[in-house]
Amino acid sequence: MNTMKEMQTLKNKAQNKDASVRITGSEAIVKCLLEENVKTVYGYPGGAIMPLYDEFYKYQDKIHHVLTRHEQGATHAAQGYARISGDVGVAIATSGPGATNLITGIADAQIDSTPLVCITGQVPSHLLGSDAFQETDIVGISTPVTKWNHQITKASEIPEVLAKAFYIAKSGRPGPVLIDITKDAQFEEFDFNYEKCKGIRSYKPVPKTDENSLVEAAKLINEAKKPLIVWGQGVILGKAEKEFKAVIEKAGIPSAWTILGVSAIPTSHPLNVGMVGMHGNYAPNVLTNECDVLIAIGMRFDDRVTGNLATYAKQAKIVHFEIDPAEVDKNVKTDVAVLGDAKDSLEKLLPLLKENTHIEWYEKFKDLYKIEFEKVIKKDLYPTKEGLTMGEVLKEINTQTKGQAAIVSDVGQHQMVACRYAEFNQTKSNITSGGLGTMGFGLPAAIGAKMAAPEREVISICGDGGYQMTIQELGTIFQQKVAVKVVVLNNDFLGMVRQWQQLFFDKRYASTEMVNPDFVAIAKGYYLNAKRVTKREELAGAVAEMVASKEPYFLEVCVEKEDNVFPMIPSGATVSDIRLA
Amino acid sequence: MDKEIKHFTVSIYTENNIGLLNRISAIFQRRHINVESLNTSISEIEGVSRFTLVVDITEDQMKKIIGQLERQVEVIKAYYHTDEETIYQISAMFKIKSDLLFEERQIQNIIKESNARIVTVNKEFFVLEKSGRKQEIDLLYRELSAFGIMQFVRSGRIAVTKNQMEISKMLEAFQH
Repeated sequence: MNTMKEMQTLKNKAQNKDASVRITGSEAIVKCLLEENVKTVYGYPGGAIMPLYDEFYKYQDKIHHVLTRHEQGATHAAQGYARISGDVGVAIATSGPGATNLITGIADAQIDSTPLVCITGQVPSHLLGSDAFQETDIVGISTPVTKWNHQITKASEIPEVLAKAFYIAKSGRPGPVLIDITKDAQFEEFDFNYEKCKGIRSYKPVPKTDENSLVEAAKLINEAKKPLIVWGQGVILGKAEKEFKAVIEKAGIPSAWTILGVSAIPTSHPLNVGMVGMHGNYAPNVLTNECDVLIAIGMRFDDRVTGNLATYAKQAKIVHFEIDPAEVDKNVKTDVAVLGDAKDSLEKLLPLLKENTHIEWYEKFKDLYKIEFEKVIKKDLYPTKEGLTMGEVLKEINTQTKGQAAIVSDVGQHQMVACRYAEFNQTKSNITSGGLGTMGFGLPAAIGAKMAAPEREVISICGDGGYQMTIQELGTIFQQKVAVKVVVLNNDFLGMVRQWQQLFFDKRYASTEMVNPDFVAIAKGYYLNAKRVTKREELAGAVAEMVASKEPYFLEVCVEKEDNVFPMIPSGATVSDIRLA
Repeated sequence: MDKEIKHFTVSIYTENNIGLLNRISAIFQRRHINVESLNTSISEIEGVSRFTLVVDITEDQMKKIIGQLERQVEVIKAYYHTDEETIYQISAMFKIKSDLLFEERQIQNIIKESNARIVTVNKEFFVLEKSGRKQEIDLLYRELSAFGIMQFVRSGRIAVTKNQMEISKMLEAFQH
């Protein structure tokens, strides 16, 4: 018996050996990427990563390497790619400054749970720790902002470590992984053989759902008179859109979203009651402090969502559906936590729910919406003043794209306006930097999104501040002919900071006024079609031209300089103390 | 209740990988928490490392940190315990001039009474080793410092729990 087994093992080993090929570490990296079905990577070459770039040259018909103009752009492009497709985004950089330039994008991906694999070159292993040219301890630097990271000094480690990297990045709560590979490991030859990672003993990506917690959750939801659902990106990352819709429709529960959760269901869905948080809608914020059961699904009670925790939904029982056990009770104490993957949990929850409508309660949302409409939305979308508003630009884009566009926003006032007013009919359509609030995210992320979903209309909405943080990526758009549409809402200010200065610092506008260049001339310098709009009557025509364009297109809209974004919950205030002006 | 600062022993079972110490200490550092003591060693399970840390924080903070620790890919399981729930020890070494051993009779009494062990003696110095609770080591330190200590070092706390930890069963479950 034993001999039989041994013989089988030997036979397997022999077969595996046959399957292996002798190649260099750098070729192995490319083969690993191909095994993981990676078709596009974003990066920037340099000394310590040159052996890998030599392989990209040889494999250019199989893998598309996109040269960005800065490594930060590579990470954001990879993020945009990941967010619209649900696949792992890949960014490549050399050692030293190349690697440190990735950090902002990695930190952004960590806090927004975006699956990324970043590969950095490193100085040869015999020079590690010697302050060699372009040496930096990128594993040390990236530790607090990665889900996992690892340094490879031997070619033979490459297949197993990269297989783990992809597995970790995309499983459970996704996140960024960084793999640092010394130059000698890239040159070294070894017998390559690839096996996908199927599990790691110390890592449980999805916690087991406790059936009792589901029963308890269902009981609270069924007994609720004034339930409110707040959903986040967990619904999208868990591919649970269908199950989520079925749950809210069966139980008839008004549902509000965080900025990373929007687009999981169509904006026009009657049970969609808008956005929660600092610049969210009036009704869901006010009624957070009136609901009797608050059901959080795939969200993490960020401080921008909750305002002052001491006065957040204190009257309500809290039910939290969550994949990451560390998020439960982190900010808001739950009464029932349902751990697990959103798709699975919601599927199991559905049969436990009673069919219901909460008409009176739902009417309250409608009534408060009317107040918000009169005091805020009407002025934003149907302005009567001379200056253009950011809101009316979004409305025009909604109309002309029939709500089918993916909107990639940057960070600031325009981001809040874009999230509030963009209409979505498809999931994974709102790509923005939520947790980290990374200015400069919008333009490169839109490049990645458009390349991952070329069939979709991808519109990047930026402010004049954030746009200039990664403006050099226009070069990437031009070189790669990425038919992304770029809209800059220009108010010649760092508008969100200016708004805070106006409201909380007695209008002392310290370093927020921008003296801007000719953005149209810059876009034209990159040979892009470009237009500037300064008057209302030009807007519809320009948006039509942009949407009709099969090529990349740049549109600058000069908007009112000192408009504010409302509603607003001042930092540290209670959600129900939301201001309409 | 939750605001009360307590003395916790944290036991973290991990894979034995480079960089994990950095990852674990970063979790305390980003919350501005000082680690009072730290020890790393092998554990009762082959190939599994064990970190033992001591921190003074609230139980609420402690629970959140356990969550953050267990979220790390290479952390298998993390536990926290109060002093009452553990059997704990620390160890210390004192290097002292050999002359004193013969010239100061009191030193011999101190060594006897403290249950300290003489590790080595040579012409110039002798080395005392003392294991026990921190207070016992502190007392010995005070008593010996009157005569002059050439070198002193104290280890991090090591602790075993009175109750069983479920770690072995968890790993077995993974193998099957």
